[in-house]
Amino acid sequence: MMQVARHWREIPRRYRMEAGKCKKCGKIFFPGRLVCSQCGSREFETIRLSGKGTLATFTITRVAPAGFGDQVPYAVGIVELDEGIRVMGQITDCNPELLKIGDRMITKFRRINEEGKTGIIMYGYKFVPDEGV
Amino acid sequence: MRDVAIIGIGLMKWGELWEKSIRDIAVEAALNCLDDAGVDRVDAMTIGTMSSGLFTGQEHLSSVVADYLGKKFIPATRVESACASGGLAVRTAFLEVASGMSDYVLAVGVEKMTDVSGEEATYALATAADQEYEAFHGVTFPGLYAMMARAHMEKYGTTREQLAEVAVKNHRNGSLNPNAQFPFKVTREQVMASTMVADPLRLLDCSPITDGAAAVLLAPADEARKLDKTPVVITGVGHATDSISLCGRSSLTRLDVVAKAAEAALKMAGKTIKDVSFAEVHDCFTIAELIVMESLGIVPEGQAGPAVLDGMTALDGSFPINPSGGLKSKGHPVGATGVAQICEAVTQLRGEAGERQIKDAKVALTQNMGGSGGSSVVHILEVR
Repeated sequence: MMQVARHWREIPRRYRMEAGKCKKCGKIFFPGRLVCSQCGSREFETIRLSGKGTLATFTITRVAPAGFGDQVPYAVGIVELDEGIRVMGQITDCNPELLKIGDRMITKFRRINEEGKTGIIMYGYKFVPDEGV
Repeated sequence: MRDVAIIGIGLMKWGELWEKSIRDIAVEAALNCLDDAGVDRVDAMTIGTMSSGLFTGQEHLSSVVADYLGKKFIPATRVESACASGGLAVRTAFLEVASGMSDYVLAVGVEKMTDVSGEEATYALATAADQEYEAFHGVTFPGLYAMMARAHMEKYGTTREQLAEVAVKNHRNGSLNPNAQFPFKVTREQVMASTMVADPLRLLDCSPITDGAAAVLLAPADEARKLDKTPVVITGVGHATDSISLCGRSSLTRLDVVAKAAEAALKMAGKTIKDVSFAEVHDCFTIAELIVMESLGIVPEGQAGPAVLDGMTALDGSFPINPSGGLKSKGHPVGATGVAQICEAVTQLRGEAGERQIKDAKVALTQNMGGSGGSSVVHILEVR
């Protein structure tokens, strides 16, 4: 089991999708980083991602790693956000068999996993098809 | 830099080796290598293992293997680059010989994967992905490659049949390799009806969980030419890194890290991909072999599927790929794979591959990959 700090320090990214935007060239990084790989700048502003985008690819996981066995089958995908960056996450609240590349997605706050019966419950973002679009 | 040759190769029968420990299999391959070379001299050793710690609880493996090999006190260095750890061990040994630091350097690759449950093995492998932004969400390695496969199918029209043919071809080659974990043929229908692991990839699209080791002995080329064996010279070495997270890379359907490593290796060898006779590539999943073919420039992007279906990469094709059976049939003890690829290349270049011998094998390329494309090591080998 990991120390609480391992998960706690990721809260800004996992709960609020905070990203770093390079002040010089505008490139967005999720998670944020200390140096821009595009222009070398070290100055960033913190922005919140919209969580809205298009499904770039996905899979339906049927053989899970430790800790996810009770969730199978579950969809995991890469969503190209409207800001132009790709983010990976589970896709939920849908029949995964009906998903298609190009589907519009929005982001929801969900329980991701838990470390056994007495461990930490981890939360974060998951993607949901945006039927309204 | 001095020219560096491979003077010995050591393999062993791979599989679920319940009765053997990680130190047993590493030493077995190393001894086979020294016997093949006809030399019992090791000045230094490099050892590639992805995660002996998570798979067996044993770190500090370089000293364990040196001791059990009867070579106490030699400098031994463990290197790690996920599933490219073996290729990196060979590169590190190459640098040690080329620099003049040591003369006879042994590179060992090893992984003992069946001492933990399947679930724990899946977890250990997933540590090669981004822990906080990929593995956190429950993605697996089959899942990462499945996402690449789906994107490739959508963009280029790559078909399920084309993916299955990679497994069929590699098992056909592996059926001729006595060291392979699964030395039998499979049909396209069997692949396409096997259990779904991560859509669209099925069980027979995936390389297996394997215990195994491989070793090569490197020496200055001038020394090698005095020995009996056909000296195979490492003429090109390329190594590159990229974002370890799939969504952090510029393309979901191309592996830039492979292109970069190959470009460096071919440049060093003074060759182009057209000069290469055959390749051993990292087919951890069927889709990986197709994308690697395209990223190496063997075929244009999107053309690998039809090329495999046409027989281009078969043993008697115009560009044979994975004559050993690849990771798919031979097995994939992750840290050993990159070293075993070199062993097969040497076997082919020496003309000792028997039933799976490729005609006129002059220049070999090996491509070893870490994770879903976060690192890659490419070697060019020639008889000189």
